[in-house]
Amino acid sequence: MTYTFDFGAVLDRAPELLWGSLGTLGLALAGMLLALVIGILGVVARTSKSEITRTPVIVFVEVVRNTPFLVQIFFIYFALPLIGIRLNPTVTAIFALGINGGAYAIEIIRGGVESVSRGQIEAGFALGLHKADVFRLIVLKPALRAIYPSLTSQFIMLTLTTSVCTSIAAYELTSAAQRIESDTFRSFEVYFTVTAIYLVISTLMMGLFALISRHYFNYPTR
Amino acid sequence: MGPIGENEFFFLMQGLRWTVLLAIVGFIGGGIFGILIALLRTSKTKVARTITAGYIGVFQGTPLLMQLFVVYYGVALVGVEVNAWIAVAIAFTLHASAFLGEIWRGAIEAVPKGQTEAANALGLHYVSRMKDVILPQALKISMPATIGFLVQLIKGTSLAAIVGFIELTRAGQIISNQTYRPLLVFGIVGAIYFIICWPLSHAGSGLEKRMAKAAR
Repeated sequence: MTYTFDFGAVLDRAPELLWGSLGTLGLALAGMLLALVIGILGVVARTSKSEITRTPVIVFVEVVRNTPFLVQIFFIYFALPLIGIRLNPTVTAIFALGINGGAYAIEIIRGGVESVSRGQIEAGFALGLHKADVFRLIVLKPALRAIYPSLTSQFIMLTLTTSVCTSIAAYELTSAAQRIESDTFRSFEVYFTVTAIYLVISTLMMGLFALISRHYFNYPTR
Repeated sequence: MGPIGENEFFFLMQGLRWTVLLAIVGFIGGGIFGILIALLRTSKTKVARTITAGYIGVFQGTPLLMQLFVVYYGVALVGVEVNAWIAVAIAFTLHASAFLGEIWRGAIEAVPKGQTEAANALGLHYVSRMKDVILPQALKISMPATIGFLVQLIKGTSLAAIVGFIELTRAGQIISNQTYRPLLVFGIVGAIYFIICWPLSHAGSGLEKRMAKAAR
């Protein structure tokens, strides 16, 4: 059997791939923001003294981290209308991505908050620093620095996960690919091209995150 | 709305069988190739290191779903008439080999340098040094991360549903379409995944804590 590759059929649809890529970036960005918000709120609840706020967060984290995203997105997709919320697939996808990423963010941020030692905070006050400065310079920045690598790799994972959102027909790159595939029947070429696009996206993101890290966290630790 | 009875439950269990089988095949196949990748990634030859680094980078930088699609349609192009099950199994094996290879590379590098030097001083050659000295220690170090990846792999098998392979999630979709009870069905499906994954996650993090304590 001989097969002739025809990437031309795919390249003809380049504008759709471009829009799909932007859709993916939008989904990822919105998902990350929501995940961060959920992560921070979750950590506040998770580290509180009251059991009533702690337990639901623990259960939420365990459930989300031990079930597949595909099942979660289906569940959310069908559950939201039942409680009277009607959203389009793309917004539902953002919601699902935020919930999924949020559970991971809670664990990551919690680790960072716990990594700041009491002695450093006390040393800050002893040096006569203002309360706000102590928080900004001694708690927040080192904690951010500590969680930055795992948080950003989690964000890249989230970006790659957006491809699963095609299952509820959200607007992103993989669903664009599936449309092109069903029109052209060039399955391999389409998915090969789109895989390359994802690789470019994740590589650029990694580079950007590294750049931010080099500028913002560029101070010696010892 | 239809009831969720014995037949539906049996159908889900049949799907679960494929989920488990797929995860096991991916993990074992990925483990075998993963060791190879890890050894090449830590070898003295620069070409081997560069190629395996690229291999790992590609699999970690692209969505698992795309890897499934490319392998699924790619295998068909090679000309071999293979069924969906084998194509999907190949995809998961490749995926797992890259991730496990990277995890084990880190573990191999985490084994103290003195161990390699001592093995060299004793006159052990490469195979014996790796097999008897480095890898057993590296395997122990990598245990929490390896278990963590196994959980990720089990969850990842659900994506085979999008390719059309009938495993647990796809079985759930089919039953949901038949009975019009998506919440109940996906609730059950999610619970089944949880029952499998949670003990593993728990064991992994328990191990991690114990090892962290021992290292202190």
